[in-house]
Amino acid sequence: MLDYLIQRLAISAVTLVLISLIVFTGVRLIPGDPARVMAGTDADEAGLAEIRVKYGLNDPIPVQYLRWVGLALQGDLGESIRTRESVVKTVARKLPITVELACFAILIALVIAIPVGVLSAVRRNTFWDYLANSLSLCGLSVPSFWLGIMLILLLSVRLGWLPASGFVSLLQEPVANLQRMIMPAFVLGTALAAVLMRQTRNSMIEVLSADYIRTAYSKGLAGRAVVFRHAIRNGLIPVVTILGLQTGALMSGAVVTEQIFVVPGFGRLIVEAVFTRDYPLVQGVVLITASSYVLINLLVDMSYTLLDPRIRVHGAADGR
Amino acid sequence: MAGDGGAVAAPASAVGREIEAGSLQRAWRRAARRPPALIGAAVVMFYLLLALGAPWIAPDDPLRTEWSQIRKAPTAAHPFGTDDLGRDILSRVMWGTRISMQAGVFSILLAMAVGVPAGLMAGYYRGVFDQLLMRLTDAWLSFPFLILAIGLVTILGPSLTNATVAIGVGATPTYIRLTRGLVLATRELEFVQGARALGANDLRVMARHILPNITSALLVQATVSVPTAIIAEAILSFLGLGVQPPQPSWGTMLNAAQQFLESAPWMAWWPGLAIFSLTLSFNLAGDGLRDWLDPKDY
Repeated sequence: MLDYLIQRLAISAVTLVLISLIVFTGVRLIPGDPARVMAGTDADEAGLAEIRVKYGLNDPIPVQYLRWVGLALQGDLGESIRTRESVVKTVARKLPITVELACFAILIALVIAIPVGVLSAVRRNTFWDYLANSLSLCGLSVPSFWLGIMLILLLSVRLGWLPASGFVSLLQEPVANLQRMIMPAFVLGTALAAVLMRQTRNSMIEVLSADYIRTAYSKGLAGRAVVFRHAIRNGLIPVVTILGLQTGALMSGAVVTEQIFVVPGFGRLIVEAVFTRDYPLVQGVVLITASSYVLINLLVDMSYTLLDPRIRVHGAADGR
Repeated sequence: MAGDGGAVAAPASAVGREIEAGSLQRAWRRAARRPPALIGAAVVMFYLLLALGAPWIAPDDPLRTEWSQIRKAPTAAHPFGTDDLGRDILSRVMWGTRISMQAGVFSILLAMAVGVPAGLMAGYYRGVFDQLLMRLTDAWLSFPFLILAIGLVTILGPSLTNATVAIGVGATPTYIRLTRGLVLATRELEFVQGARALGANDLRVMARHILPNITSALLVQATVSVPTAIIAEAILSFLGLGVQPPQPSWGTMLNAAQQFLESAPWMAWWPGLAIFSLTLSFNLAGDGLRDWLDPKDY
């Protein structure tokens, strides 16, 4: 167990170092003077000199990298060219909005995917199974931004049931917040629901054909009890893993969804940063996104070592 | 095909042709058992023809603006309606097919061109190179696909070519890992060991013995990645980071449509339906192809 944890931590640490190298190199690949890139086009000579000193842009590249990583570890990712606010502060202000959106999306996805996935595994090769599979295929294929636009067209423009866009704080006006969050959360959750449904179905089918399930049936347990007490517990472990791996897709999805529904979160921040050529902000956001992906998946891996004792023993040997 | 009497005395080449025809028939019968996959494949072919033939098939110039025809609902003259600059939406959707197919196919070809050789080497030689490459792909895959693409387009500048490169770079680690995994499973098989024992060098073993045996799995992955790449291109163009106006792309068309949802909803219908039907068909065809190549899977 301890060996596995140490190995898993070591791999994550290496990954984080590589991520920082990729992001650092990426910004250096932007043509032009790095100080000018960091400070923006309207900076004067004194401002440029200050940036050069702070990030040591006259030093050798490896020294620059170490200083940049050092500052990043202390929570200093520079400041936005446009607003002069620190990158970390800007992200901290925007992130809760996206986290709320993502949590609702995951909730919607789970509520749809798990019952449907279990049902289509239990009723394999029946009408319900085919229907569920077709729906999941549609969910995987529909471009989320088009789904969003169509929902706005139907629910806001035509029927006037929900506001098309905008954002109010969950704490100040919970009802208005939910009204504005439900469409983006559904759009963001659709693809996730499709992926999770397929995974739930496949892993339930596998579990349902296991010997211990046959044993449970043969000792006279009702079908319902077998599915709910015995099968689901093991069937859902891979679903947890997939959920972790899908956080990346969720972050990508948030970029588009927030753009359509004008939700002022993390995803909209990155698009704005790109358009205003706010490189420190882009750099910071990309670094934070990739690092949090690594950390989330580390947590997911650790959590399922708790769920499934076999992984503690064998997981370390699979060479990943 | 020869008559009954002729078949008995048929020369070897005719028998060979017959066997070939038989296996083709068998292949067709197996394919015909999956109508959704066939329909998917047919729709993909249809879009492919549309992409290749857009200049000849499209009824109108996709860039020609007509001020008297601004945001007109679908009519016989413009079956899909016109957009905010009076351009024919049908023609723009047809030309958009070209851009989507181009971005989808070329980005995945790029990803395969880099990923397959790298994965082959890593899986075949193992060792330090393999370990380094695996850690690199770990880091690479930690960047959400779209965020990586956005970051790259920021560095390279927005255009169709750069969006294609960015999507290709984003898809590369998947191919490295997939190829490596397949090679690891294949390299220990007897026929590969046999080839090596007969003195085939590494390059020959990889190119002649391992690669042909992993091609089908790579092909299946490609049918999954191309629609993802098509959606990614549409998203980048939608955000203004891909194809630049006035070039017709499904993403830019949807972006423009957003402002006119109330007055001209048809501007949003067609490009979206095109993306949806194309990606759905790719997925149907891909599912079918996977079952067809590997019948033991569900």
